[in-house]
Amino acid sequence: MLAYIARRFLILIPTLLGVSVIVFLLLHLTPGDPAELLLGERATPDALEQMREHLGLNEPIHVQYGMFLKRLMKGDLGETIWTRQKVWIEVKQRFPATIELSVAALFISCFFGIILGIVSATKQYSIFDYASMLGALAGVSMPIFWLALVFMLIFSLNLGWLPMSGRLSVGVELKTITNFYILDAVLTGNGKALKDVLWHLIMPAVTLSTIPMAIVARMTRSAMLDVLRQDYIKTARAKGLSRVQVIFKHALRNALIPVVTTIGLQFGVMLGGAILTETIFAWPGVGKWMYDAVMQRDYMVIQGGVLFIATLFVVINLCVDVLYAVINPRISVR
Amino acid sequence: MTTATVNTHRDPRDRHPLLEQLSQLWRNKTAVLGLVIITIFISAALSAPWISPHNPIETSLYDQLKPPVWHDKGTWAHILGTDELGRDLLSRIIYGARVSLIVAVISVGLAFTLGTLLGCISGYYKGLIDGIIMRVMDMILAFPYLLLAIVVVAYLGPSLQNAMMAIGITYVPRFARIVRGSVLEECEKDYVIAARAVGANDGRIIFLSILPNCLGPLIVQTTLSMASAVLDAAALSFLGLGAQPPTPEWGAMIARSRSLILRASWVMTFPGVAILLAVLGFNLLGDGLRDALDPRLRD
Repeated sequence: MLAYIARRFLILIPTLLGVSVIVFLLLHLTPGDPAELLLGERATPDALEQMREHLGLNEPIHVQYGMFLKRLMKGDLGETIWTRQKVWIEVKQRFPATIELSVAALFISCFFGIILGIVSATKQYSIFDYASMLGALAGVSMPIFWLALVFMLIFSLNLGWLPMSGRLSVGVELKTITNFYILDAVLTGNGKALKDVLWHLIMPAVTLSTIPMAIVARMTRSAMLDVLRQDYIKTARAKGLSRVQVIFKHALRNALIPVVTTIGLQFGVMLGGAILTETIFAWPGVGKWMYDAVMQRDYMVIQGGVLFIATLFVVINLCVDVLYAVINPRISVR
Repeated sequence: MTTATVNTHRDPRDRHPLLEQLSQLWRNKTAVLGLVIITIFISAALSAPWISPHNPIETSLYDQLKPPVWHDKGTWAHILGTDELGRDLLSRIIYGARVSLIVAVISVGLAFTLGTLLGCISGYYKGLIDGIIMRVMDMILAFPYLLLAIVVVAYLGPSLQNAMMAIGITYVPRFARIVRGSVLEECEKDYVIAARAVGANDGRIIFLSILPNCLGPLIVQTTLSMASAVLDAAALSFLGLGAQPPTPEWGAMIARSRSLILRASWVMTFPGVAILLAVLGFNLLGDGLRDALDPRLRD
């Protein structure tokens, strides 16, 4: 097992190198002068020359890549163009917001997705099955940026139940320790803030969970159907176990194995979808930050953000693979 | 001479296996529903200049924010109402179908061509070149969906062409992987060895012998990719990275309507419904095709 994990980590290295190459090439093969791209059209010739020197643009491209990689190794993602902040520090500040949102969305999508999948599978070809699977397909086809606006219109503007944007209402005090607001509210025993944070979280999290929920529901259903056809399920029923017991104890455990992989992959997909959700709900996470950077053409932020998210994505996928091997004894990990 | 004998012995009811499988599609009600939805959208896109009641980019000061016809103040002149510049929403949605379908066809076409080519080379020649191509595909897959497209457009500059290219590039690995897998499998079969024995060159073997046998999964992937291309293009345009005004694009229409959300919710509602329906149509058909053509791909 350890050898397997170690080998998977070794494969990570070329992939991450590849990611760095792509990110590097994006800036350097884009038509135009990267220095001008970074400093804007109105930069003075002196500043441009300084920037070229700083980026090593006068060196051959492979030397430039070497320098880029060396800086990366030291954890140096450069400075943002507009605010002159360390990119890495900005990422660290915004990352908890994105994780809080994604984890909440993942939780919602798993909970409802798995329940829908189980009920659909056990009542195959019933009206409930057809309705929930058509609903799941609609969920997969959902433009979430539109759904977000529809939610806003209904639940914030018309009914006034939920706050429209942000993580915390103005006037609610919360001492931040970890920047995970839920955790911070719990740690400081601040009940009022906790309620406010959760209220702000509902709409963005439900929006972000739509597509993964639909995918998890479809996956759970087909995995359950596969398992329910197997002989050992009949045996368990024949032994006199109740239907509920068989479904939850015997069938679900095996059916969940492929579902876990799907869920893991969805977590990565959510990091991408977070750009849309965070932008609409003004959620101060990495996604909105990247979007703002795209709008302001802050290429250092884009570069750093992409590197960070892609690395995270690759690492999560690796963890899912390892987890899959751990929970599925049928896979030999030679 | 031989062909003549073969032909006379051929059962006239015998059809190509692909056609045989496709005929199963008719029995799948949801797939037919998908096909109907797509057909409606394609017909609307093709006949847009004739069926649109108004010019989609013509503004009218007098008709700003007219509600849809079933509303108290709605009129039959603007069935779905008008936007903040007095442009007819129905016409914009019909022309929007044009934009979305063109984007989907071009971006998926790009991914299909590149992916199939790379997959064939990878699967047929194996070895080092296979390793290199597949590692590059892994690198593209190392970026979460949409993020890579957003970044590519961010660098190239926002426009519909660049959005198509960005979406196309991000979809290449799906096609390359599927084709590579099928080619690897087919390469072991007798007919390939036979083709090689009679002296056919590599190009002929790949494109005339092997590729037709990999069509099933390719058709499925193409249909499902069309669905996500429509969705991704709308998302990029919503973020301001795709279609630019005054192009009638569904995602861009939703983005512009954000500020009107309370005053005129219909301006936002209908383009969203159009996106949802078009994507759902392709997904329904893709699911049906998968069941009919490629049982292995079922999730």
